[in-house]
Amino acid sequence: MSNLWKISGEGRSAVYLPGLDVPETPIPAELRREEEPNLPEVAEMDLVRHYTNLSRRNFSIDTHFYPLGSCTMKYNPKVNEVTAALPGFRNAHPYQGDELSQGAIELLYRMQEQLSAISGFDATSLQPAAGAQGELTGILMIRKYHEERGELEKRRKILVPDSAHGTNPATATMAGFQSKEIPSDKHGNIDLAALKAECDETLAGIMITNPNTLGLFEENILEVIDAVHRAGGMVYGDGANFNAVMGIVKPGELGFDVMHYNVHKTFTGPHGGGGPGAGPVSAGAALKDYLPGPIAYKKADGYELKQPPKTIGRMKLFYGNFGILVRGFTYISMLGAAGLRDVTENAVLNANYLKALVAEKFPAAYDRSCMHEFVTRGDIAPGIHTLDIAKRLIDYGFHPPTIYFPLIVPEAIMIEPTETESRETIEAFAEAMNKIADEAVNAPDLLHNAPASTAVKRLDEAGAVKKPVLRY
Amino acid sequence: MSFISNMPKDREIMLKKIGVSSVEELFKDVPADKRFPKVEMPAPLSEPEILLELSRLSAKNASAECYDWFLGGGVYNHFVPSVIGALITRGEFLTAYTPYQPEVSQGTLEAIFEYQTMISELTGMDVVNASHYDGATALAEAAIMSVRSTRKRNKVVLAPGLHPEYRDVIETYFQGLDMELADGEIDDQTAGYIVQNPTWTGEILDVKAEAAKAHDAGAMLIVHTDPISLGVLEAPGACGADIVTAEGQSLGVGMNWGGPMLGIFATTEKNIRKMPGRIIGETVDHNGNRGCVLTFAAREQHIRREKATSNICSNQGLAALSAAIYLAALGKSGFRKVAELSWHKAHYAASEIGKLDGFSLKTKGHFFKEFLVETPVAAERIFAQLKDKFILPGLPVSRLGGADNELLVCVTEVNSKEQIDRLVAALKEVK
Amino acid sequence: MKFDKDARYSETHEWVRKEGDLLVFGISDYAQSKIGEVVFVELPEEDEFEKGASFSVVESVKSANDLYIPVSGEVVEVNEALEDDPDLVNSDAFGDGWICKIKPSDMSDFDGLLSAADYEKMVSELD
Repeated sequence: MSNLWKISGEGRSAVYLPGLDVPETPIPAELRREEEPNLPEVAEMDLVRHYTNLSRRNFSIDTHFYPLGSCTMKYNPKVNEVTAALPGFRNAHPYQGDELSQGAIELLYRMQEQLSAISGFDATSLQPAAGAQGELTGILMIRKYHEERGELEKRRKILVPDSAHGTNPATATMAGFQSKEIPSDKHGNIDLAALKAECDETLAGIMITNPNTLGLFEENILEVIDAVHRAGGMVYGDGANFNAVMGIVKPGELGFDVMHYNVHKTFTGPHGGGGPGAGPVSAGAALKDYLPGPIAYKKADGYELKQPPKTIGRMKLFYGNFGILVRGFTYISMLGAAGLRDVTENAVLNANYLKALVAEKFPAAYDRSCMHEFVTRGDIAPGIHTLDIAKRLIDYGFHPPTIYFPLIVPEAIMIEPTETESRETIEAFAEAMNKIADEAVNAPDLLHNAPASTAVKRLDEAGAVKKPVLRY
Repeated sequence: MSFISNMPKDREIMLKKIGVSSVEELFKDVPADKRFPKVEMPAPLSEPEILLELSRLSAKNASAECYDWFLGGGVYNHFVPSVIGALITRGEFLTAYTPYQPEVSQGTLEAIFEYQTMISELTGMDVVNASHYDGATALAEAAIMSVRSTRKRNKVVLAPGLHPEYRDVIETYFQGLDMELADGEIDDQTAGYIVQNPTWTGEILDVKAEAAKAHDAGAMLIVHTDPISLGVLEAPGACGADIVTAEGQSLGVGMNWGGPMLGIFATTEKNIRKMPGRIIGETVDHNGNRGCVLTFAAREQHIRREKATSNICSNQGLAALSAAIYLAALGKSGFRKVAELSWHKAHYAASEIGKLDGFSLKTKGHFFKEFLVETPVAAERIFAQLKDKFILPGLPVSRLGGADNELLVCVTEVNSKEQIDRLVAALKEVK
Repeated sequence: MKFDKDARYSETHEWVRKEGDLLVFGISDYAQSKIGEVVFVELPEEDEFEKGASFSVVESVKSANDLYIPVSGEVVEVNEALEDDPDLVNSDAFGDGWICKIKPSDMSDFDGLLSAADYEKMVSELD
């Protein structure tokens, strides 16, 4: 394949810059860099072809069904791109002051209100940049809460169920806590006895993903939250799976104290090949004053940005990934409360339908009705692994589901179809899965050698670490 | 509508297959008394309505194309070539996930590999990760990395001149950790020494001398820089930096009212396993064909769990792609030219403002594109008077806790001589 | 599956073998088979460690496995050959794949570890 340097020619550029219209001020030689950066040199058309051709080597939501579990790869409406590119959003500066930013601050304020309303919390900060930063925000808020009550020294423990999101233990460490894993019971719920055994005076809090990464709603959620609260702990909700509960239940009413959202999952911010996301955080009465900021407030004659009274501080610069928030606000405003409930109902319906269509060959790891996703296994025939199933799906024109996660199901395949897929797409995917199950028995090499249809085949990942090549 | 294809007829077929009579039945695990609550929200808007509503909100904000723009302070009004928007909104880039399945993600992987290469060229560092949320969180993670890489030391020292809000972010990240943030002198407990160059008020420092100071004390040197300045100024890698961070918003990402931005992070090869964030590497498939993969994943949160180098997962991938396209579009000569134009125009503006009665240049030594001016009246007052003339004269540093009579003026390649002359004329008139 | 009869084992799958007044340390053949292709070994620092401390990491593409020192003592030598050939841990776990040599502060720690027979029995019950 060609690369930017191979198509370069000395002196070429794709940008027409203004000329020098002021007197020159010589740049002192001792400041000048000795070696010029070796950037490519290409004309605009060659540049466009290069990136257009690169883009065609991706699967994406716009081109393929993309049922990645816990990632909510739903359709991203094109209107979002238009609103986010409006000049007063795109070309505004974070230091231009409240007076010159009234439109942007009003948008933040209204989105804070929307999220608090959907989730049943008192206040929201839109500052965190992504889900993992939202988690860190929540745990730092819990930390400060215990600190102000003089209990931080003894409360060192954050409980993380083994069905929670992968980032949770690393988050607890970054906030200076020890994370302690809580096992699941045979129904896929948090093991209540194990939980209660940990609910003592050293407990700072718990991080709950609900529905969990098995796609199951925690049946004992009220009892879990009550046990943690009785021990003086706080309850953090990982909202990565919020697409499963909008309009169905408000986490704030269940007793959660603080929760993050993934605007890039639930509220159609595009994933962008890895980011940017946005990870707003909402909190109830006990924790709302600790929210990071500044956040938007309404005043008599407009809107203003301020820090909440006992804020943990700034999680990042400025007011969040604003461009992503504009997209989320666009989406939520277009759907309204009933539309959001529709989203969840159809997401859950699609997941259960797909689960039923593949049940014979790929039974769900837990035999319950699922929420927006379900988990099955890929070791369906001798010598066949989940990786083989995933790679073979590519040959059928589907992006593979999330694999080998959650860790509690060996050879896990975690499938989240989302609400925006049609019945026909779900059926076509199920048909492919079922065909692959037959191939696993009758023609296993088709699976072992998959994908056969892509420009590159399975890559040597061990070699990439042993002999690292990290740039041209 | 909710962007859903399935109609009542479809749902009927699906419910039958599942074996339930209604969608509500699928939610029986949710506590009955909390199920289906009332949600108070405004009525939904149609597409023309939301477009109108958001255009109205957008119009209430100042935006750069309507002003003579000299406001910087960490977010800069550099030109964003049109080709970037056209390419990054291609659905194949925009709506792909993190490239966990390399066979169907070579577009993203290759583009970020190119990004790593170009940032490595700019900074003079060996390895570059696939991005952080912004420059401040990149710097905070660099500070944490320096402590984790240096045994038995837990202090990070800040050289004078770090942007105050960067300091705030580092303090937030340090809250739960057994790490200390200090100003002033390096000692034998110092793991990392942070130098912002140019400083947040514009001054260019002697990074080589700072490196010697850090290394003599056994500390790592962390340099936070403005990537545009690297079109002319010496690369921090060549000055001895162990970690380099930068705010990459200037590289074709745009201002976006402060987000998305782009956290650039680079280090030396020997520190690779201590580095947070995703890394892309080159390898081959079983036919010997070249391809890229996410690599060194064993450092990351989904594998290393509570011992991971960071909890970062989503990053600013699309902003990194913008930066890659920006650098490739400008190319060697174009990138140098942006830096040189910014330098010359800023120096012209500084010399003209310096001639005005009551105004004087406060930035000591050399500066690049931004400089601090002492003003005869409060800078906020100047800002208020000039905005009515559609000039944003710079940042009153009192907004960040600085002195009342100081204005931080930023000039880039997009500012014409005419605009600079208008600024100077307007400053002359302030009361 | 190989078991070195002369070595003693920890429940976390490290082995140690006496060599004069030193102990040679590595990970068992069972452990390497579970980890898969080893791509990197973070060699311990030459320093003193308390029994049970995490002091080294064996990394594959999809995992990073902490190693715990089974005796209190000082690391006096590390196997630098692993820097270039980490997969020696796969090909010869009890031989060329050794990780470090430890000068134990109390040799009785060694006697408290599992014998090869006991370890083999433990492993057989795991799968």
